[in-house]
Amino acid sequence: MANFYLDNPSMKHHLHHPLMQRIVELKERGYADKDKFDYAPQDFEDAMDSYEKVLEIVGEICGEIIAPNAEGVDHEGPSVANGRVTYAKGTQENLDAVRKAGLMGIAMPRRYDGLNFPIVPYIMAADMVSRADAGFENLWGLQDCAETLYEFGNDDQRQRYIPRVCAGETMSMDLTEPDAGSDLQSVMLKATYCEKDDCWYLNGVKRFITNGDADIHLVLARSEEGTRDGRGLSMFIYDKRNGGVNVRRIENKMGIKGSPTCELVFKNAKAELCGDRKLGLIKYVMALMNGARLGIMAQAVGLSEAAYREGYTYATERKQFGKAIIEFPAVYEMVALMRAKADASRSMLYETARFVDVYKALDDISKERKLTPEERQEMKKYSKLADAYTPMGKGMTTEYANQNAYDAIQIHGGSGFMKDYACERIYRDARITNIYEGTTQLQVVAAIRHVTTGTYLAQIREYEAIEYKPELEGLKNKLKAMTDKYEKVVAAVTETKDNEYIDFQARRMVEAAAHCVFGYLLLQDANKDDSYRRSAEVYINYGQAEVDKIESFINNFNREDLAYYRQA
Amino acid sequence: MSLRIIVLAKQVPDTRNVGKDAMKEDGTVNRAALPAIFNPEDLNALEQALRLKDAYPGSTVTLLTMGPGRAAEIIREGLYRGADGGFLLTDRAFAGADTLATSYALATAIKKINDYDIIIGGRQAIDGDTAQVGPQVAEKLGLTQITYAEEIQNVDEAARRITVKRHIDGGVETVEGPLPIVITVNGSAAPCRPRNARLVQKYKRAMGAQEKAAHPTACHPDVPSELPYANLYEKRPYLNIQEWSVNDVNGDLTQCGLSGSPTKVKTIQNIVFQAKESKTLTSADKDIEEMIVELLANHTIG
Repeated sequence: MANFYLDNPSMKHHLHHPLMQRIVELKERGYADKDKFDYAPQDFEDAMDSYEKVLEIVGEICGEIIAPNAEGVDHEGPSVANGRVTYAKGTQENLDAVRKAGLMGIAMPRRYDGLNFPIVPYIMAADMVSRADAGFENLWGLQDCAETLYEFGNDDQRQRYIPRVCAGETMSMDLTEPDAGSDLQSVMLKATYCEKDDCWYLNGVKRFITNGDADIHLVLARSEEGTRDGRGLSMFIYDKRNGGVNVRRIENKMGIKGSPTCELVFKNAKAELCGDRKLGLIKYVMALMNGARLGIMAQAVGLSEAAYREGYTYATERKQFGKAIIEFPAVYEMVALMRAKADASRSMLYETARFVDVYKALDDISKERKLTPEERQEMKKYSKLADAYTPMGKGMTTEYANQNAYDAIQIHGGSGFMKDYACERIYRDARITNIYEGTTQLQVVAAIRHVTTGTYLAQIREYEAIEYKPELEGLKNKLKAMTDKYEKVVAAVTETKDNEYIDFQARRMVEAAAHCVFGYLLLQDANKDDSYRRSAEVYINYGQAEVDKIESFINNFNREDLAYYRQA
Repeated sequence: MSLRIIVLAKQVPDTRNVGKDAMKEDGTVNRAALPAIFNPEDLNALEQALRLKDAYPGSTVTLLTMGPGRAAEIIREGLYRGADGGFLLTDRAFAGADTLATSYALATAIKKINDYDIIIGGRQAIDGDTAQVGPQVAEKLGLTQITYAEEIQNVDEAARRITVKRHIDGGVETVEGPLPIVITVNGSAAPCRPRNARLVQKYKRAMGAQEKAAHPTACHPDVPSELPYANLYEKRPYLNIQEWSVNDVNGDLTQCGLSGSPTKVKTIQNIVFQAKESKTLTSADKDIEEMIVELLANHTIG
């Protein structure tokens, strides 16, 4: 009986973080639901026990249903006929299982039939689902959209839509268009208000829409005629029951093949405004994307884990030259680094999730009552950290997922190139993670602000101030030296005040910061649990060399050399 | 239409992955070495019951199990998936029962429940593999039985008849029977649905009296401690799993447990399977064809 929660002690380790006490208290409003709902927790221990029990269910579904279905789903994929999508058989089975298990709307409040879980256990479920089948995570993870509907919709909309999501209806976020990908300001889908019917009508085309035949859509559309930028865009809710949107085609993709990526045609599709006009892109989609990026991080972590496991298993079973190939340094180094990258990615994922949890819970409370000055401080602090960690985490962990998938195939040798092993699917599935919800290059754009303003450095110095066990002193000293180097190169680059040059070196600086952050997170893991020692040692060795490389590149670089790089 | 459904389920030692210490020296099952699980085919039966409940709103699913106090776990597992309640038959007098004494005990409990349309259980339990208990319960209650069921296809309310697809040698057949009826379900039926997140949170503290009396804590599993959240059991009656003794079901002691069990175990042989012969085949069509022919010839398949 495979169970992806029980077979991976990392899950429990990250669930039981000291900050959880505060997160659960906020999320549960001091356990106010305990007599109102028969499934609400009585206290902190009870809540944690419930999270564990529910995560065990998720782990079982992942191990027993979703993972065994993954190969068939990848092979069969969804199909489209008469404007409607039919999922692969395995996808349908997966959806039935998660619906029956009541795993939709995990983070939604109980009054809308949700489980009212914090983001940490929700993301943990996403982590496991992704390890089982990254493509299915897209369908399941789109319940995130309910979060946006909850945050920005009105009471009536919340009541009409969120219980449907909790009951198992699926969602989609319709943003991208043929001419508006990374640059969403150019979205042209037209929203027209009809006074007679007192509703909006949507007309136009959306492209690359994940799960585009969903029951409930959030749609970014141009509501202000004559505008051309982001300020003319609003967010709408389209209910499939009303009709008006057809799927023209589904893309034939390289990976995540079970997740239908649709081209949608809106023909006088009746829709309702969500939130205020003109805030669609600048406020709501930005919030939606931040949530989605955390989801993609979880997807990357799940893939990294899966890739590591495939690589490790093959390396222990495959014998060459009279012994298992894992005994050769060239192979065991790869395996160790894969483990370290997966562990580091996971630590980053949950650190980020905790930051998001605290500030979102406080933000939600602020709608019910005035926050105290301390709470406002707390919210500001965690909101800033979440803002800094989300792009760094999304950028780094998705690259690591690709590297781990690449190495998993390398360990398999020729066999890995065949369709016989899961590693080739993992490799194809991982490839999208560093592209969608903002490419790594765009994550750097979002993260660089926190390099130049010192958010990362301040947080790294806080990690430095934590007391570590004496045997970890050596690792801590290495991290200190890495941080000093990071600080110096950032100073050297930023003091040029040359924006083009700062952009040119941005990714290197974000990566240097990330190596320090990831290293310290693993050091904290090792401080709590000795089994993380190896990954901490391996990662910090790796990160140290990477920071040296970055330092060398930046220190030896002449700004005039940019001319050799410019293409126009 | 609403149906009253009783699911017969058993807690069994997990014999699917037995190690060296699975049996004790005296030839009895070493229960300590094997985890206690929900008998797999009883889970298939539970799923059929829950599907009926989905299809006919207002129906109820009640679990009935016999075993020691910890077998209340079976009732909880049912509650986690959508069952409405259950009874645990538990008494020293029931201990050591063979299939005859077991079916007697179950039948007395079913008579006590009284109100039922369908009694459904797994074909057999993996600790005995007898497939006798379901049919014996039917005989004791004087009910029609359909064994090896794979799918309940329809319940006709007006005619009070049920249509069931059953698994037979070399195929399937569809049969019809009158309500009330006893059905045993084959492992080839649909697997049981997962536990439901909300129900797990609602029922996770449901316990029988014996479990409550000896509540273990995480740090001292063997030392009974004060029951956590004790106040909830009064406020939420559904957290108290009903236990029934011999007296509660008006059982005749001579027909229960060891004294009601005519089965005598003469000897027990410890058989260890060893791979004596093996063949290595290539993936060439010729090799595969030869293997198929050989397996057909010696009746391994077909």
